Amino acid sequence: MNMHAPSVRIRDLDLQFGDVKVLKSLSLDIRQGEFLVLLGSSGCGKSTLLNCIAGLLEVTDGQIFIQDQNVTWKEPSERGIGMVFQSYALYPQMTVEGNLSFGLKNARVPKAEIAARVARAAEILQIEPLLKRKPGALSGGQRQRVAIGRALVRDVDVFLFDEPLSNLDAKLRADLRVELKRLHQQLKNTMIYVTHDQVEAMTLADRIAIMRGGVIMQLGTPDEIYNRPQNRYVADFIGSPSMNFIDGRFDGETFVAGDLAIPMQGYRFSSESARAGQATIGIRPEHVVTGELVERAPVQTTVTVNLVEPTGPDTLVYADLAGGPLRIRMDGHAQVRAGDVLPIGFEPSRASLFDAETEERI
Amino acid sequence: MADTALPTHGPRGPKPKRALSRTNIIVYGTLIVVSLYYLLPLWVMVMTSLKGMPEIRLGNIFAPPVEITFEPWARAWSGACTGINCDGLSRGFGNSVQILLPSLALSVAIASVNGYALANWKFKGSEVFFTILILGAFIPYQVMLYPMVIILRELGLYGNLWGLVLVHTVFGMPILTLLFRNYFAGMPEELFKAARVDGAGFWGIYFRIMLPMSLPIFVVAMILQVTGIWNDFLFGVIFTKPEIYPMTVQLNNIVNSVQGVKEYNVNMAATLLTGLVPLVIYFVSGKLFVRGIAAGAVKG
Ligand SMILES: Nc1ncnc2c1ncn2[C@@H]1O[C@H](COP(=O)(O)OP(=O)(O)O)[C@@H](O)[C@H]1O
Ligand SMILES: [Mg+2]
Repeated sequence: MNMHAPSVRIRDLDLQFGDVKVLKSLSLDIRQGEFLVLLGSSGCGKSTLLNCIAGLLEVTDGQIFIQDQNVTWKEPSERGIGMVFQSYALYPQMTVEGNLSFGLKNARVPKAEIAARVARAAEILQIEPLLKRKPGALSGGQRQRVAIGRALVRDVDVFLFDEPLSNLDAKLRADLRVELKRLHQQLKNTMIYVTHDQVEAMTLADRIAIMRGGVIMQLGTPDEIYNRPQNRYVADFIGSPSMNFIDGRFDGETFVAGDLAIPMQGYRFSSESARAGQATIGIRPEHVVTGELVERAPVQTTVTVNLVEPTGPDTLVYADLAGGPLRIRMDGHAQVRAGDVLPIGFEPSRASLFDAETEERI
Repeated sequence: MADTALPTHGPRGPKPKRALSRTNIIVYGTLIVVSLYYLLPLWVMVMTSLKGMPEIRLGNIFAPPVEITFEPWARAWSGACTGINCDGLSRGFGNSVQILLPSLALSVAIASVNGYALANWKFKGSEVFFTILILGAFIPYQVMLYPMVIILRELGLYGNLWGLVLVHTVFGMPILTLLFRNYFAGMPEELFKAARVDGAGFWGIYFRIMLPMSLPIFVVAMILQVTGIWNDFLFGVIFTKPEIYPMTVQLNNIVNSVQGVKEYNVNMAATLLTGLVPLVIYFVSGKLFVRGIAAGAVKG
């Protein structure tokens, strides 16, 4: 096997339910051992894509390769994948042990081998004491561990996760997230992980694919997605509170909105010849600086605070800038009140500039 | 302090309810009246079946027997005469059991697989197939009697016990399939997907995953079929011949036989005996029945 070939390769995938096109000519290469997160709002086709990779849905057009094999027509069990579902989907009438070994029995793996693999998975996931219990007698977190174990015992190349943590409460979700990351470091399998939670995506992913309407809007590392969003949709989708957008004009060097002029020195343009025209600048709330830092910022101005939202670790300040709303994320200790006039500053090199028409990054 | 100003006496905890509130009287009153209305015929039947003929002729149909006798029950079972023979209902009982068991097993087995396939393995034309099947449930049986007779004749099954089994299986199919399909459709889809990833096939998933989870709906299907097939009269008369008449037909022939005096006590006992099988089934599996009906009916 060629180690540099992609682990999973999706080529021109189309999927229709009746007349509704859910996936549109989608292509995606996933590297060996990569943790890829499919991120997007509900209904954008994430689960559909995952089900296509798993072979649970028949594709309308296109090809899927797993470990250099064309698996487009293969049964789910022949694809070398394991899958973990949001609802755990444990077989209720079987014990945990039965759940773990069901797939292996179907594949006619010898008994001793089954026992060994179940023991290993149980050890990795620390579910040994639960082996004789039925799923009904387990907590949500334990159930999801068993579900992961079911994929683990099959010794597959690719793990598929469909929102595996969404049914858990916040604390458990954070714990299992860390465990999943650890598991990936330990196993080094390829993992494809569907979620609508950007924190999960940012923390777990080697690369994130942001989906919208059955199309991948951007594929990149969490850093790229966060700092250099390819288009306005991605910029808006990632980050909470979301990015501030100010509409104006870009003349090739300076962005102008009302009486605010932002010289774009130090900004990394996506192409050599930056197009002039109507544009939108995007500034993350956490990239707006206040206090002493303002003096060192290339762009400085003042705004009037109209709402303050303390959240504990930091405080969210709402103001107006160049005719639009501006959200500023400040330290939790910041002493601001509605009505205050606040000096602010930001660095154009950290901002994002989008063409107003195509909404693509300039 | 506001706290100390509040009265410490007065209402606290759950509000006491009066046992004889107006609502309770209306609810229980209605229930009792309706129960009486439905139980009265049964009372009359049981009482009559335990009396001798002289006592019946006195005419007090509601009165309990002065002298209890089980002789009518014995006669109904093994001595009552139809137009043809005088060995009571026992012959019909045997026939009914022989008709019921294979019909029940066949129809439930086939319908559950049908429903499972329709719910989980959407194949090309599965919706059309399902629609046709459901339409079948709305066509009156009488329309299909004659074609069915011809089909059975061609198959060489006419007048044969297996012919009747086939008829019951076919006519039970629409409603049973609907029942099973809805039940299976209500099961989590991800469970089915997980089993497919685990390499289980059509039968593997059916036997190992679906069956163990669907006891309630099997009980419902069983009850529907037992009652339907046991109580069937029409198909029994049409598709069999006298030696293998089911219990209901035998009962009719006993009750309606015109020779001699009408033995009301024997007739009542015979009727009760015939109704006993579905009745027992209801009592034994009542709770499962309700659960299964609720599960099958709500989800579509
Ligand atoms: N079996 C189906 N039949 C018809 N439409 C479906 C089916 N499954 C999903 N869809 C539609 O496809 C779109 C994508 O669904 P899905 O992949 O589940 O979204 P996501 O997982 O991103 O929330 C949705 O608009 C949904 O309504
Ligand atoms: Mg989904």
